[in-house]
Amino acid sequence: MSTRQTEPTQNLTLVQSVRDALATEMEADDDVLVTGEDVGKNGGVFRATEGLFDEFGGDRVVDTPLAESGIIGTAVGMAAMGLKPVAEVQFSGFVYPGFDQIVSHMARMRARSRGRFTLPMVLRAPYGGGIRAPEHHSESKEAFYAHEAGLKVVIPSTPYDAKGLLISAIRDPDPVIFLEPKLIYRAFRGEVPEGDYEVPIGEAAVRREGSDVSVFAYGAMTRPAMEAADRLADDGVDAEVVDLRTVSPLDREAIVESFEKTGRAVVVHEAPKTGGLAGEITAIVQEEALLYQEAPVQRVTGFDVPYPLYAMEDYYMPNAARVAAGIEEAVEF
Amino acid sequence: MSTLERDPREGEVRVLDENGDVVGDAPDLSAEELLAMYRQMKLARRFDTRAVSLQRQGRMGTFPPMSGQEGAQVASAMALADDDWVVPSYREHAVSLVRGVSLERTLLYWMGDERGSRMADGVNVFPVAVPIASQIPHATGMAWANKLRNDDGTPDAVVCYFGDGATSEGDFHEGLNFAGVFDTPNVFFCNNNQWAISVPRSKQTASATLAQKADAYGFEGVQVDGMDPLAVYKVTEEALAKARDPDKGELRPTLIEAVQYRFGAHTTADDPSVYREDAEVEEWKAKDPIPRLERYLRGRDLLDDDRVADIEESVETEVADAIEAAESTTRPDPSSMFEHVYEEMTPELRAQAERFADLRERYGDEAFLDD
Repeated sequence: MSTRQTEPTQNLTLVQSVRDALATEMEADDDVLVTGEDVGKNGGVFRATEGLFDEFGGDRVVDTPLAESGIIGTAVGMAAMGLKPVAEVQFSGFVYPGFDQIVSHMARMRARSRGRFTLPMVLRAPYGGGIRAPEHHSESKEAFYAHEAGLKVVIPSTPYDAKGLLISAIRDPDPVIFLEPKLIYRAFRGEVPEGDYEVPIGEAAVRREGSDVSVFAYGAMTRPAMEAADRLADDGVDAEVVDLRTVSPLDREAIVESFEKTGRAVVVHEAPKTGGLAGEITAIVQEEALLYQEAPVQRVTGFDVPYPLYAMEDYYMPNAARVAAGIEEAVEF
Repeated sequence: MSTLERDPREGEVRVLDENGDVVGDAPDLSAEELLAMYRQMKLARRFDTRAVSLQRQGRMGTFPPMSGQEGAQVASAMALADDDWVVPSYREHAVSLVRGVSLERTLLYWMGDERGSRMADGVNVFPVAVPIASQIPHATGMAWANKLRNDDGTPDAVVCYFGDGATSEGDFHEGLNFAGVFDTPNVFFCNNNQWAISVPRSKQTASATLAQKADAYGFEGVQVDGMDPLAVYKVTEEALAKARDPDKGELRPTLIEAVQYRFGAHTTADDPSVYREDAEVEEWKAKDPIPRLERYLRGRDLLDDDRVADIEESVETEVADAIEAAESTTRPDPSSMFEHVYEEMTPELRAQAERFADLRERYGDEAFLDD
């Protein structure tokens, strides 16, 4: 699980570490292959598969026709036959022609066949807003997948985690939806071990310890959560920031442990409020730590509107100021 | 014989060769119409060039350029009757222009302003569809509605635009299949520009042509030189006439494959030098529809140097005015994101809108605009 301290590291962005994870697993396991639109010669529209086509060839880094149902459905078939496909959908907003394959087959082939056919496949997609993109390029719909039994849903927020979680996802015997926060694809770099390592699926990480309030976040929202916590530290508010890293299965233990310490919670996601993961996290603390609760749980989220075109997206996306406002309300209750 | 009856495997319908010499039957267009076609193509090219530089200068977001495709767009759109409808993808800036969508509105859309996708009343153009091929079933449904509500057997036609990559999506199959089954007044206009981002047409489908896919739906498919505006006009006009009023035993829909080339990137976020050779681009540039039509018009004494210079000056001004108008438009009121979600705001949405207004008042708009 953990890396040896002596192991050499490289200073990578999140998208470079995604590429590094793919290369590492393809090198180690001939059954791993990458499919999707523009993943081959072009190296992916975000360069997440750059150089893999030259390194592993067109049979393992496959430019598909423009057809998401085809991409996901053939990955289901390949995985059932024992390959480990890592399928890419170019933006999560374009996954929907393949949604039938995800919910009707990818999620339930194991259950339907009573364990005979399992799908060790990964569906990668960049998701989330804040990059001044056209319509359908900015949504956060992780709740769709978290709602579907049989899927694991992983969202990294650091280069280190991106590599370790993607390696875990590829090795996982169950299908994993791997959502990559494209706002922070290149926003910062981090030390990433050169070798292979796993970051376990289903384990949250405490990014900042605190005792007054728990801020639960994931993906690109981890940064504004940390910024808000830092700002409020000057006012004497000691906020803990928990990066969930996996939204299905949620790390209930970590959520409850943090909440029992603070008694107050703010949940942050850029997805719309209604039906979002914040509601689920709120329910977990109600179920398991009600007597510790000292304030209503604050939800700092996107609004229940279609994600606006970019002229208004800064007003839609939660940022440090909105998270700070949520923390203040939780603390001052 | 109608040009639509030509077997796509026998090649493209053409009227002008690359030198602008007539090699086929020219459509019946007046001098004024031919000059209007030329001017719209020049306007579209200039608009496209300026739009790409606006993006480069940070004055506009991601933009999908269309240079090389003006002939197919302008000529097909000109063949429509006033009451016909257009259902575009995201690259049909010139089709929209010809059909009455102002350049200013198109710019607003790509500048991230929702008001840019609200077409003016009376403009029969559906909003841009970004997800590939997803608009094709809409076009079939719209044409179906036209047919169901039409009393004299000659319903208005609906023209749907999409690219070569779209033919791989399930929605392409479903939309065309319904059109055949319900015999809807559709023209499915495929702008085959050879590249779906980095994937060449040859890797999109093993089919020899895209047009022949129509066979499987029971209606005609025709391949046309999409950089020959006169051939495009002719084929589209015939397809529209058949959509409205087919001969006995004929089905209304047609699939037109307009063979052309995207000179530039897929969008301003794309770098085509990674996946295609400059030599290929240069080869296709020899077929550029604009000089081709210009040579034809000069040969018929409809254009000379002075008139070309006048047109260039006037399109320059028209594009500059549109940019000026779009850039001087006040940015949308942020509270407008809550509008038009439902006819009547739900209680939850109203509560969120009020919360949003409250946050703006307490913290100021700066709080939203910081990272």
